Amino acid sequence: MQMQYSDDLIQSYIDLIKQKEDSVKKKRALARLITLIENGGPEIAQKIIPQIYNLTGHAKIIGITGAPGSGKSTLTSQIADHYLEQGLKVSVIAVDPTSPFSGGALLGDRIRMKKNFTNPRFFIRSMANRGQLGGLAMATKDVIHVLDAYHSDIIIIETVGVGQSEIDIFKSAHTTLVITPPGLGDEIQAIKAGLMEITDIFVVNKMDRDGADKRVAELQTMLDFAENIEIKNDQTQAKVVRCDGWRPPVIKTNGVTGENVPLLLENIKKHQEFLNQTGFIKKRLQFRYKHYIVEILKYFLVKNVEEIVFTNEKINEFIEKILSHEQGADPYSISGAIMEIFRDRYFS
Amino acid sequence: MERKIRLIVAKPGLDGHDRGAKVIARGLRDAGFEVIYTGLHQTPDDIVQSVIQEDPDALLLSILSGAHPVLFPEITKKLHENGVDDVLVLGGGIIPEEDVPALKEAGVSEVFGPGTKIQEIADYIRANLKR
Amino acid sequence: MTENTKESLNKKILEETERWINTTVAQSLKKVPERKRNFKTLSNIPVKALYTPVDIGNLDYFDDLGFPGEYPYLRGAQATSYRARFWTMRQFAGLGTAKETNQRFKYLIQNGQTGLSVAFHLPTIYGYESGSPMSAGEIGKEGVAIDTLADMEVVFDGIDLSKISTSMTINAPASILLAMYIAVGEKKGVPMEKLTGTIQNDILKEYQAQKSYIFPPEPSMRLIVDTIEFCTNHVPKWNTISISGYHIREAGSTAVQELAFTLANGFAYVEAGMARGLNVDDFAPRLSFFFNAHNNFFEEIAKYRAARRIWARHMKEIYHAKDPRSWRLRFHTQTAGVSLTAQEPYNNIIRVTLQALAAVLGGTQSLHTNSFDEALALPSEEAVKIALRTQQIIAHESGAADVIDPLGGSYYVEWLTNQMEAEAEKYFEHIKKLGNGSMLQGAYVGIKNNFYQREIANASYQYQKEIETKELVQVSVNEFKIEEELDKKPEILKISEHVAEKQIQNLQKVKSERDNARAQECLQTLREKAKTNENLMPYILDAVKAYCSVGEIVDVFREVFGVYREDSIF
Repeated sequence: MQMQYSDDLIQSYIDLIKQKEDSVKKKRALARLITLIENGGPEIAQKIIPQIYNLTGHAKIIGITGAPGSGKSTLTSQIADHYLEQGLKVSVIAVDPTSPFSGGALLGDRIRMKKNFTNPRFFIRSMANRGQLGGLAMATKDVIHVLDAYHSDIIIIETVGVGQSEIDIFKSAHTTLVITPPGLGDEIQAIKAGLMEITDIFVVNKMDRDGADKRVAELQTMLDFAENIEIKNDQTQAKVVRCDGWRPPVIKTNGVTGENVPLLLENIKKHQEFLNQTGFIKKRLQFRYKHYIVEILKYFLVKNVEEIVFTNEKINEFIEKILSHEQGADPYSISGAIMEIFRDRYFS
Repeated sequence: MERKIRLIVAKPGLDGHDRGAKVIARGLRDAGFEVIYTGLHQTPDDIVQSVIQEDPDALLLSILSGAHPVLFPEITKKLHENGVDDVLVLGGGIIPEEDVPALKEAGVSEVFGPGTKIQEIADYIRANLKR
Repeated sequence: MTENTKESLNKKILEETERWINTTVAQSLKKVPERKRNFKTLSNIPVKALYTPVDIGNLDYFDDLGFPGEYPYLRGAQATSYRARFWTMRQFAGLGTAKETNQRFKYLIQNGQTGLSVAFHLPTIYGYESGSPMSAGEIGKEGVAIDTLADMEVVFDGIDLSKISTSMTINAPASILLAMYIAVGEKKGVPMEKLTGTIQNDILKEYQAQKSYIFPPEPSMRLIVDTIEFCTNHVPKWNTISISGYHIREAGSTAVQELAFTLANGFAYVEAGMARGLNVDDFAPRLSFFFNAHNNFFEEIAKYRAARRIWARHMKEIYHAKDPRSWRLRFHTQTAGVSLTAQEPYNNIIRVTLQALAAVLGGTQSLHTNSFDEALALPSEEAVKIALRTQQIIAHESGAADVIDPLGGSYYVEWLTNQMEAEAEKYFEHIKKLGNGSMLQGAYVGIKNNFYQREIANASYQYQKEIETKELVQVSVNEFKIEEELDKKPEILKISEHVAEKQIQNLQKVKSERDNARAQECLQTLREKAKTNENLMPYILDAVKAYCSVGEIVDVFREVFGVYREDSIF
């Protein structure tokens, strides 16, 4: 199935989302741009983002993650309700996993947002992660920018926190909520394994269930422990995301009744004030855009390298050397030599 | 560029018989589609908003209560009013054969009754996309 | 027979079975192999080629089978079964306006039907007035449109409520429709003590399968216990709840799941009633059940038999009921709507016949046979008549009703009955665990965790896959298919869209003619009482008598109780 688009069409969508007045047409244009980015990746995004980037920087981005059954969609809906009641414009991206067997996906998060479907200030889009290699993190970053340019006040990204690429998404959020209900036995393990470093606020949802207080206590103990260890060998750059002086609060909520959701919102606000007052916000943004350009560069460098290796005649000299089995002409050494040439050309 | 086909499976009206809709949603997922399931008791406005925001290639509607002569045309009318003309609309459920011509007239491309294989629906969608 | 001789006999049978397999069977298989590699029931219970006394070697006749009308009721709920009275032939009906339904009822009574069964249209089921935007397209479609008592008066016009029992398929607003029926009775001079019938009133299976819930589980349960308590004191012959596996099965469950979830729900209601302070023997005898009759003939029969024994054992041993009527499970059966095909619809008559026969051999107390055209549209009068005739032919011509539990003692059926009971017990264990020892809490937790929904969704997907791969054959659907079959389409019933207009006008007329101040006062009282723990039935009765609509009353409850939304589970 081919994707059909033209530069004119893209332009008309961009013009529409730049309009001040909200309209159905504007919403459709937004939806179309997201479809284009989902399907076309950086090739399409490079036609869109440069034109809208100067409109971004306004939205507050909230990441919400948790295991299946943690009630995160219901809670997301409650959070969205509150912001909508404040008169804000709210956009939600709900990400669900793609089936590794069929490549298809079942996206069911809209159900819980039913109440706000027809609110003109609300937009929700379901996305499949299209596998770890599908570049979800990349597409999501682009889509966040489009939603920001659409003048969303709040952007909520909601996903099952399973893979690294999902966790990456939260590095673009201002505030990340990790949801853990009581009674899911092994979840604490999951938090230890990867979510700890990206969490700004812990939410113990389904607080009406037995074991909610126990879960709060477990998390507090874990936080005590984490404060006292040095992060070594920091490949994930967790230190940048985890800001000294901010101990993630642990909030109990009931997503079904909405109990304590205002308290949660207060803490989100506090966290954002903290980022602004301490200047951590800048560190985070630097970090976010480093990641963003790494992804973009990865894509285009790989593409360039492939193009060069397969089409440039000069490369044949190197290949000949490999085939000759000369000393120092193994594939690794030759690749190293090619890298030198790239480095000289682009970064010296 | 290869692209994924996105579908919305929705149940307009009040009937709670979602077995068929869910089996089809799951079957189409297994056939490689991205399926957005919007749940029970959807009003025509809810469905039209979902279509606008999710931008699917096809919309699959299921009704077993007999409300289709009112609700299907209401949905297609509202889609058209909102400028959505390139989404394939399909109907399913208990739909008497004699009602089908009027539904097609109203913009429902095809109607699938009980006993339809999921593969048939998948093939139909792939062959009849409007974009 | 002493234990010793029984043991040596079993040993001999085992040896002989082995010999038979290795010689006679093996020779046969060389010529023609078996049709399938694995044979199994619809619940995926593997079945062997042959069953012998060894397979039911542990059965104790007195403990495990017993006699009809006695504990553990395996062989039947009543001592005389169909030798005294046939099952109640109860065809579900309801269409269009109250007037049309009234005519259909009179037609059915004329043709020998012995009980009425009312189907309501979806707006009534969900507590919306006919004029509500949510009701668009649905008015009078799947059942009769009831907005106020005025509609109910028309439905039962000219029908003697002291002579007929009425079953009403209504759940979330069941208390309101019961109140309306009581009010109609009162107007006709039939006091509520004399009314007989059933309200479905089974909300748990709505969250699990059928999805016509309105409020969250806990306040819904309160309304149910209110009706149980009220009827226990004032409407003693009324069946307060029809605990339904039918819809669980229609949603795609297996027979085992239908059995297990339905009985587990039954135990949950018993616990809820006891928690209200009611004596178990004061209300348990009025609980009744409603099962599906699906395609796998023997599995269905085993299901009904197992249900009776499980209920008896649990009620006696776990809930300590003393009254034998509390131990005795009575049930209504409806043939499986999902098994009907739109292709070659006349074949459905045969499917329905087999399913109905299974229900009769399983000892049902009442039966609805589906009309053959239901995969195409709402049933036509002709199709309804054939469905009723099917029951009459089984009753009067087949001889199947002349002996009680005629399959009792069948090695296969007894083995399968044991098997179903054992499988159901596993589910009870799980649900009880979810609820920390309480079946009621287990039901709530299971619903909120989507345990039931997931189990059913998986079973239903597997069923569909087996049909698509032809592991399960559906005649004229995936086998023996004739491409063009144009000449055989039956006449089908259409509900005119004018019904909607008329119904909305009727409602407006009733509202303009009623004492509106009185109506508002009743609604206000109801609102206040809903916030307390008081039994709401008397206040609901006042409101319906003041011609408040189902929609108005449900709106009051929505306001106080909130509404329930489900997650999507596939």
